[in-house]
Amino acid sequence: MTPPEVADPLDDAVLAARLFLLAPGTFKGLTLRGSSPAREALVAALGEVLPLRRLPGHVDDERLLGGIDLAASLSAGRPIRQTGLIEEARGGALIAGMAERMDASIAGRLAQALDEGGTALVLLDDAAEPEEAPPASLTERLAFLCDLSASRRWQGVALEEAGGRLAAVRPLGEEDLRALAATAEALGVESLRALIVAAEAARGLAALEGRFETGKADLAGAVRLVLAPRATRLPPQDAEAPPPEEPPPPGGERDDPTDSDRQQQEPDLSEILVEAAKAAIPAGLLEQLAQGKAPRRSSSSGTGQKRKAATRGKPLGARPGMPRGGHKLALIDSLRAAVPWQAVRRRENGADADAPIIMRKEDLRIRRFEERAARVTIFAVDASGSAAAARLAEAKGAVELMLAQAYVTRSEVALVAFRGTSAELLLPPTRSLTRARRTLAELPGGGGTPLALGLNAAREVAEAVIAKGRSAALVILTDGRANIAADGSPGRPQAAKDAETAARAIAARQIDSLVVDISARPGPEGAALAAALGGRFLALPRADARMLKQAIDAVQAPPSQGARAA
Amino acid sequence: MARFPFSAIVGQDEMKQALLIAAVDPSIGGVMVFGDRGTGKSTAARALAGLLPPIMAADGCPYGASKEDQARYPDVCGQGKLVKRPVPFVDMPLGATEDRVIGSLDLERALRSGEKAFEPGLLAKAHRGFLYIDEINLLEDHLVDLLLDVAASGENVVEREGLSVRHPAKFVLIGSGNPEEGELRPQLLDRFGLSVEVRTPKDIETRIAIMKLVAENEADPEGFAARWAEADEAILKQVAKGKARLPKLVPGEDVLRDAAELCLAVGADGLRGELTLMRAARALAALEGAKKVTRKHLIAIAPSALRHRLRRDVLDETGSTTRITRAIAELFG
Repeated sequence: MTPPEVADPLDDAVLAARLFLLAPGTFKGLTLRGSSPAREALVAALGEVLPLRRLPGHVDDERLLGGIDLAASLSAGRPIRQTGLIEEARGGALIAGMAERMDASIAGRLAQALDEGGTALVLLDDAAEPEEAPPASLTERLAFLCDLSASRRWQGVALEEAGGRLAAVRPLGEEDLRALAATAEALGVESLRALIVAAEAARGLAALEGRFETGKADLAGAVRLVLAPRATRLPPQDAEAPPPEEPPPPGGERDDPTDSDRQQQEPDLSEILVEAAKAAIPAGLLEQLAQGKAPRRSSSSGTGQKRKAATRGKPLGARPGMPRGGHKLALIDSLRAAVPWQAVRRRENGADADAPIIMRKEDLRIRRFEERAARVTIFAVDASGSAAAARLAEAKGAVELMLAQAYVTRSEVALVAFRGTSAELLLPPTRSLTRARRTLAELPGGGGTPLALGLNAAREVAEAVIAKGRSAALVILTDGRANIAADGSPGRPQAAKDAETAARAIAARQIDSLVVDISARPGPEGAALAAALGGRFLALPRADARMLKQAIDAVQAPPSQGARAA
Repeated sequence: MARFPFSAIVGQDEMKQALLIAAVDPSIGGVMVFGDRGTGKSTAARALAGLLPPIMAADGCPYGASKEDQARYPDVCGQGKLVKRPVPFVDMPLGATEDRVIGSLDLERALRSGEKAFEPGLLAKAHRGFLYIDEINLLEDHLVDLLLDVAASGENVVEREGLSVRHPAKFVLIGSGNPEEGELRPQLLDRFGLSVEVRTPKDIETRIAIMKLVAENEADPEGFAARWAEADEAILKQVAKGKARLPKLVPGEDVLRDAAELCLAVGADGLRGELTLMRAARALAALEGAKKVTRKHLIAIAPSALRHRLRRDVLDETGSTTRITRAIAELFG
């Protein structure tokens, strides 16, 4: 026998691709995660046996769905339709690169086409961060999701033809269906679509080998290929199993009960299937699930607000309007709008067929662009007194963690530190980790607490940010015990009064704010400050940079995700 | 204005080496140059254009199609005769519109003759050559998306404005930028085969030498170019010889093992790191006219090939370069 080969993720991906080819109408396609030589090889192999049409991210509705062929219509003087990409790709598959960046409107059209049938889709997902993912409306509809980022192979990928046909395989029996359903339940896969596809995949696996009956191995394969990648929780009995970094649970005889079980009776079919799934749940997901976190969300949440812009950003569909006030004319769309009316207008005007195209005001279309408004998180850090060093260090860590993901969330970070008799903008709004690291390398600490000055400085930064059309949020790290007034003079009562005035000014501008007190014994002052700010208060004794960042993320999540400042 | 001669650029050896390697083997996938302003990033990238041996391309073809392109894309590349032309070098401005980059409907022809014609964009122009983007870290997101897509597939697919066009667009991407002004998306960074960090030379003598050269060039660009023409010609020959030698060099088992071990030791994710490291070592050997690829080539190119691929722990401030040199010292002594 040859030495046992290490299973490569490519093997399952090849199997998934063969199933897809067996019945494109049933399985609809696959999502291939991770840019790797393996994926390139698999896509090339797919292209050998199936016509693949590439779907660029900048496709417009006219080309996707079909519409008026502008050039032909202009020369004919009447509307001439052309077919769209979805229609042209029938019998083959559309393949979309960078699917995690796909526009929701394109995804919507594709989802519709997938449901109507006749369309198949291959999504290439290059997401690098948990916040990025291809549109869920599509990944849900495609039967298979294969992660090839860790694949070590790329040679010798071939998609052999199937031995039989899907229709020739007997439908699954009652017991098998029950076991599949129980497995889906154990993995927290709620979608019925996934369950139906899993059953078909089991039959497909039999068909690939030219069999007419499905066996246990087929069911296990279907669970591995269809259900495991969709798992949203660990199977119940496994939830207590130790993650690798934790010490083993007391007792340490975990093997024994299973052994005796095996002697007593054949394990239940759904147990076998759950085991099969467990082995196939992607490692990253397993970690996330073990931490009790939800799996990746789709790309829409957590990013900066989208806003419509007149002059720059990603082009959106044109809309009727006059090209003024910074709006640019969308010439092609305007012409397209005018074409259908040419025959009528010529008759009205008594113009002959050679007359130039007749445009009216209502034909005019303007271009729209979408620009992501960066969110700027402004840290105001109390660098006074003895706790300064700890607060500054954790704030710096949180800044760095936020910036490490800045290219995903498009967020920027600024940092104001206040101590002694002044507040200083140490880090102006930036997306650059390198710069933050250099600027924050040595933060001075100690002295009195000019809270009012700190708040005013933070507000000024926030106002500048908002003036540029971006959104700002404040994170204030302090215990709230002010002792330096706005004019720099010492004295608690005046300092507290000034701080409250400064806080109210921030509240009046409706700037989101969060007060975090990381001192060992949080007092009432922090909460009072938060109340004056109209923001939230968090007491996080012994917080570290990661906890701090998580807290900020939780507070800044969009309203649909739950928390939002009152 | 004449380009600043490549050979007249003082210092910045790692950057120059990386650019030449990319010229020898375009399949390595481009060079990303990180560094402050005024370190000669753009000068070097633009100077490279003058250093490349000419290519054979279809006459009058807007894509500069090769023979293979003509076979693969018969409708867009035509059957024109092959003639010599310089390697294209396209300088993509930050503010370029999507239309300008991917190409658009030729409106004039559409209106005049009702003909649906495609007006090729910058990607078409850059085919078989170099696409240079200064301050690539500031490039708008949707442009980054389409660049990534085209760089990954080697063809530009346009499906809009009623057009349905597919044309070859294989180019070596050269990016430069200052990380202090914004980070690069990791997917884009991953597309670059090599990355180098450049710093302003701190040594007074070097700085003076650079100022002298620049002043000379400004006073008499033609004469300056002529004085350096011989040195540039030598580099051009070196690149051409390297290109010819490349297919004959097959890295041995030992070099492959070294590459795999090094990638594992520094924690460079994915197979792409290993493949790039191996290709870059081979290209360097070809450039140097070596008979075989050795560990020496591998070590020389490892920082450039791997520095941007390390798994990063944000709170660990050890520089990537340090991690690589440390791993090299531990592995190979």
